[in-house]
Amino acid sequence: MVEFMLPKNSRPKKGKTWPAPAGAGNTRTFKIYRYDPDLSENPRIDTYVVDMDTCGPMVLDALVKIKNEIDSTLTFRRSCREGVCGSCAFNIDGTNTIACTKPIADIRGDVKIYPLPHMPVIKDLVPDLSVPYAQYASIEPWLKSDTPAPTSERLQSVDERAELDGMWECILCFSCQTSCPSYWWNGDRYLGPAILLQAYRWIADSRDEAAGERLDNVDDPFRLYRCHTIMNCTNTCPKGLNPGQAIGEIKSLLINRR
Amino acid sequence: MVDMARNKRQLRSNLSRVRGLGSTREGVHHWWAQRMSAVALIPLSMWFVYSLITLTGADYQSFHAWASEFGNSVFLVLFIVTLFHHAQLGVTVVIEDYVHSEAIKMAMVLVVKYGTMLFAASSVFAVLKISLAG
Repeated sequence: MVEFMLPKNSRPKKGKTWPAPAGAGNTRTFKIYRYDPDLSENPRIDTYVVDMDTCGPMVLDALVKIKNEIDSTLTFRRSCREGVCGSCAFNIDGTNTIACTKPIADIRGDVKIYPLPHMPVIKDLVPDLSVPYAQYASIEPWLKSDTPAPTSERLQSVDERAELDGMWECILCFSCQTSCPSYWWNGDRYLGPAILLQAYRWIADSRDEAAGERLDNVDDPFRLYRCHTIMNCTNTCPKGLNPGQAIGEIKSLLINRR
Repeated sequence: MVDMARNKRQLRSNLSRVRGLGSTREGVHHWWAQRMSAVALIPLSMWFVYSLITLTGADYQSFHAWASEFGNSVFLVLFIVTLFHHAQLGVTVVIEDYVHSEAIKMAMVLVVKYGTMLFAASSVFAVLKISLAG
C-alpha cells in the first residue's frame, strides 16, 4: 500500500542520549531506531556516543559494543560478522546494507541506523521478514529433476557453472528487497528483487529441469512485472550483485519462449 | 470472495497468501506491447515533431493540405493509434502500482481505457475526414 507518511503511532520521537565515557577523545555519534512492542509508545531515536579508540571498524562492531557496554536492551540480528549470513541488514546512513561489512569511516557525520524500510518492526532493528521468506519458499528454491538421480554428482560444464555467478553469492539479507519502491507498495504480490534473483538462479541452473514451470510461475503482472527497473536493488546490494539484471534475464526468457 | 491479502485479519499462512490465486501467466504480453509501441513511437514522434516544426506559422489551408496527403494521413493514423495505446498501457501500470482499492482501481482503469479509445477514435476520424474529403 502506498504510504507517503508514517502512521501516527509509527513516527519516531527523540529518545534518550548516552554521552561519551569520561576521557574519550575520539568519539562517533550513533542515532539508532528503538521500538519496544511491550510499551504503548511511539518508536524513538536514541543517541549513543561511542569511544572509537576501543571500538572495531565496522558498524556492527559499534552495535555490539553499544549492546555489551552501554545499553543491553538494544535488539538486533547478527551472526557471522563477515558478510556471509545476511542477518545484520539495516538501513545505515540512508542505504540498506549489512552492518558487518560497512566501515564506520565511510559515513560522514552521525551514523543513523534504522531497520530495513517498510517492513513490520518486531523490536528495535529487527524486522518481520516472514513474508519475504514465504515468497522465497513460493519459488521452490531447490533442484527439480525428472531424470533419475545419477550414482555420483550431477555434472555441469565450467560454462554452465559460470551461469550461476552473481547469484550463488546472494545471502538473502533482503537489503535489495526492502529498498525497492515497487516492493514497498505491492510487497504482498510482487516477489521483489531478492526472490526474483533466486528464481533466476534456478531457471539458469543447467541441472534443473523445471525452467518452463518456473517461468510460468513468475509470468504475472504483479509477481514479476511490478519491476520498473528503478535499480535501487542493484545500487544497494552489499555483495555487489545485480538483481536488476537477473530480472531482465527472466523478462528476456519470457519473450524468447513466445 | 476470497480475500488473499489485505482486508481481514487472517490465520491463513504466509505461503498461502503469497501464492494467492496463482500466476496469471500473461504478464509478458502487456510488457512486450508497451516496449514494441515505445520503439514504434521513436520514429513516429520524430516525424510528427519534424512536420509540426516545418509547418510553423502555416495557415489552416496549409495544415489541411498537409494532413490530406496520403502518406501524412497514414502516418498520422499510425502515430495516433500507437500513442494512445502506449499511453493507456503505461497509465494502467501506474494505477495498478499506486491504487489499492479494487473498486477505485477498476474505475480508474476503465476511465483511462475508454478515455484513450475515445480520443484515439476522434483523432483518427478527424484525419480520415480531412483525408477522404480531400
